[in-house]
Amino acid sequence: MPLLTISWFLPVVGALLLLFIGNADGRRNSVIRWTTLIVSIAVFAVTLAMWASFDAASAEFQLVERHAWIPAFGIDYYIGVDGISLLLIVLTGLLTPVAVLSAWVGIEKKVKEFCIFLLLLEAAMIGVFLSLDLFLFYVFWDAMLVPMYFLIGIWGYDQRIYAALKFMLYTMAGSVLMLIAILGLAYLHKAATGSYSFDLLKLYTLDIAPRTQFWFFLAFALAFAIKVPLFPFHTWLPDAHVQAPTAGSVILAGVLLKMGTYGFVRFAFPLFPLAAAYFAPWIAVLAVIGIIYGALVAMVQPDMKKLVAYSSVSHLGFVVLGICAMNVNGVQGAVYQMVAHGVSTGGLFLIVGMLSDRRHTRLISEFGGLKAVMPRLTGAFMIITLASIGLPGLNGFIGEFLIMLGAFRWDPRYVVGAGLGVILSVVYMLWMFQRVYYGKVTQHENEGLPDLLPHEWSAVVPLCAVALAMGVFPTVFLKPMEPSVTRVVERLQNTQTLRVDNDMQKAKFKLQHAGVKNASDPFASR
Amino acid sequence: MSNMISPSLQAIVPMLSVTLAALACMAAEAFREPGERMPVGGLGIVGLVGAGISAGFLWNGNATSFGVISGDNFGLFVTLILVAVGILTIMFSSQVIHRDGIVPGEYYTLVLFAIAGMIMMATANDLLVIFIALEVLSLAVYVLTGIRREDPRASEASFKYFLLGAFSSAFFLYGIAFTFGLTGSTRLDRIGSYLAAQSLSDNPLILVALGLLLVGFAFKISAVPFHMWTPDAYEGAPAIVTGFMSTGVKAAAFAAFARVFLSAFEPFSGDWAPVIWVIAAATMILGTVVGVAQTNLKRMLAYSSIAHGGYLLVGLVAANEVGKAAILFYLAAYAITNLAAFGVIALLGARDRANDELRDYAGLWYRHPGLSALMTVCLLSLGGFPPTAGFIGKWYVFSAAVSAGYYGLAVIGVLTSVISVFFYLRVVVMMYMQEPGAEPLRIHVNALSMTALTVSIAAIFYLGILPTQVLNLAAESISTIF
Repeated sequence: MPLLTISWFLPVVGALLLLFIGNADGRRNSVIRWTTLIVSIAVFAVTLAMWASFDAASAEFQLVERHAWIPAFGIDYYIGVDGISLLLIVLTGLLTPVAVLSAWVGIEKKVKEFCIFLLLLEAAMIGVFLSLDLFLFYVFWDAMLVPMYFLIGIWGYDQRIYAALKFMLYTMAGSVLMLIAILGLAYLHKAATGSYSFDLLKLYTLDIAPRTQFWFFLAFALAFAIKVPLFPFHTWLPDAHVQAPTAGSVILAGVLLKMGTYGFVRFAFPLFPLAAAYFAPWIAVLAVIGIIYGALVAMVQPDMKKLVAYSSVSHLGFVVLGICAMNVNGVQGAVYQMVAHGVSTGGLFLIVGMLSDRRHTRLISEFGGLKAVMPRLTGAFMIITLASIGLPGLNGFIGEFLIMLGAFRWDPRYVVGAGLGVILSVVYMLWMFQRVYYGKVTQHENEGLPDLLPHEWSAVVPLCAVALAMGVFPTVFLKPMEPSVTRVVERLQNTQTLRVDNDMQKAKFKLQHAGVKNASDPFASR
Repeated sequence: MSNMISPSLQAIVPMLSVTLAALACMAAEAFREPGERMPVGGLGIVGLVGAGISAGFLWNGNATSFGVISGDNFGLFVTLILVAVGILTIMFSSQVIHRDGIVPGEYYTLVLFAIAGMIMMATANDLLVIFIALEVLSLAVYVLTGIRREDPRASEASFKYFLLGAFSSAFFLYGIAFTFGLTGSTRLDRIGSYLAAQSLSDNPLILVALGLLLVGFAFKISAVPFHMWTPDAYEGAPAIVTGFMSTGVKAAAFAAFARVFLSAFEPFSGDWAPVIWVIAAATMILGTVVGVAQTNLKRMLAYSSIAHGGYLLVGLVAANEVGKAAILFYLAAYAITNLAAFGVIALLGARDRANDELRDYAGLWYRHPGLSALMTVCLLSLGGFPPTAGFIGKWYVFSAAVSAGYYGLAVIGVLTSVISVFFYLRVVVMMYMQEPGAEPLRIHVNALSMTALTVSIAAIFYLGILPTQVLNLAAESISTIF
């Protein structure tokens, strides 16, 4: 059974199905909600089935499907999963029903269209993680922007139009240059072998001149850095997050941002290993600046949603740092942290959204003492908060620990900055928690707020359970990704020489970059 | 079919079919009782379908008529695009012209003559025939632009278009004269072989000839700096006419442009390629940057169509196999998308009010979700989003540029397409994210127009998701002439 195709096509089918449910007067809203929920749960089941039939011991791409699509250009419909993409796909499958539940009562306007866009978004996101053909990847990558744009622009808060446009233009501006680089790669493949190809695995083996690597890497890295978002390309993120409806924020933080870091691991670094070695220290510096800057800015936010948004900037900095370390610990930690952050930040946005639905404000100062009013919601938020700050036994700890370990083996100086970020994250998260939930009920309006409702239970419980499971049984999640991560790291190191020779390597790269011929083969010197 | 007609006439059959339909429309109008409603447009569709079928029969035939009209695959591909443009235009017009009180007989006759001229231009193999075709189509389009005589904007647009168009025709004719003087022929194949054999590179007159021809073509495809007439003409003309001329005229002119420059003047590509590089870059930049400032939808799409001309020029500059095929594919994708977009604009108009300002679209989604969705698909395709035709077209053009080594042009192209997304999205913002205005639009769309829209959208997705067949056809087409 073509599990992979089903996993991204099922949401499209669901969206088409919804298209034919007449709902002009909003009478069938609940039918539509239930249909969407069932479809998204079915997709989650498919992703789990994918995991079940996945061979964790292999580093190869599995469940591969390949059909010629545009043969004249060597473009194939070529999809597959390895340990890195598998977990991200499962994460997407998990978060989409959560997003649907988060909109269960909050979205009352144009429910049908909302659900259609949500399902199309899910299809495109899964497609991005599945693609092994660069053209296909770009198609999904760009197609994903449209439903997200509508989700923010139609169902968002006051400044939604500005935020939606900014999100769209920012991400597009980054990704179009990547398109040029993709075309350039296909052309290089033609120059080398006589035929165009967008096949990622073939392009991995292409021998690309350092100067070309330099420019192509920049084009890819810009697209991914904006998506992550890496400091200083993060300014679209707070706007988009704050203005998006809860479901949009959950998906945005939970999955969309991971596409940037996934892009680094899957495309930018392995395709251009020399350039990656050259740029990694600089990117790592930006990542560390992002970790500290994000944390400091998060600390002073009066708006909970904005606080969580900036905390994402900080946490994603960790992921990028782990990737830049380019060793097994670092990359494994990074992939683990992607999933963990998706669960915990998705959860944070979810619960902030619940508060916002109840009070129509997200200002921390408007709340206080909620623990007495809604103890169950407080408990859930507690678990997610602790997961987010990396308490051992919850999911955030494993990822951060591995990343720090990897970064330490590379260059301990980065760990100092990152460590500071960990401490700061404890400060801003717990401080917010304290102001919102502890103490006496400060606002009269908060006294009668209802605790978790049934649909909220069903959204929160899975996230808390996964957060706990990832903390207690990390090997379940680490094991399938290990061979693939090792493969990526080996690919990087084989072509780069060991990182010990980093400086010599850089000197050679510079020489070659300056156009000096015969600077000796950089791969040969060990 | 090939046995029925003498071989020397085969290549003009598509053109002939459209011309006969035009004459039939004229005759029908003459016999129409006042107030009688006659399906004149149907005659046009019959003629166009005939043209399409005959073009299908001529495929791979390489027929030539009178030595100057060549039914090669390149010309036939463009003919098929033009047939599609014509059919869609007539389908959209069915509702619109009755609403606007335009006399159907005159209108359809002019449309069909214009298409006959376009087909002639796309298949002409001789500079003088190209010129005649240019005049045939231009005169018809000038009149169509001003067909709403009571509207002063339309008259102004028509007059402006006519004056500048006549001016550019003069340039073009002058270029033909120089070419003839230098090479002794107006036939493209003879010019090509003459130029290839003789060393004329030190003769400045050949550059003058090239330059004058370039100016003539640049006017017709509204490339910068010869685009000035475009926004006024596009804004003043009835929306459906704008859609017709922004796609049909552009396709025909580009076909002739490509044929002349890529076959006859190919030996001088070192001279013209840098010039067209600059024109392409300027066209893309100006079209998108000025487009951002527009508040009238027709004017905005006028600038957008200028920008799309720039993308097509990128394919011309690249001038390799990919680039030539890219021009054809892009023309097909652009023609369908743009015409459908103008079709929606035309349908939203009213007799006394054009409803083509951006604010008229506020909250359109709440009243007409289907129409807004179709418009959105068109706009996303124009902006180049997957999985639509526009994305594949852009991808194809830029890959031509990259494989020819024009990275700079490709980068300008993708960045300007981001800018263009900004103004396409402004329409989307209006439709979806603003509350409807006080005076809601009440539109009834007839079945024919709805069919045309649905077919266009299906084609946009077909070309965007399964482009292989059309891509192969396009690649096949260029192999016959270049």
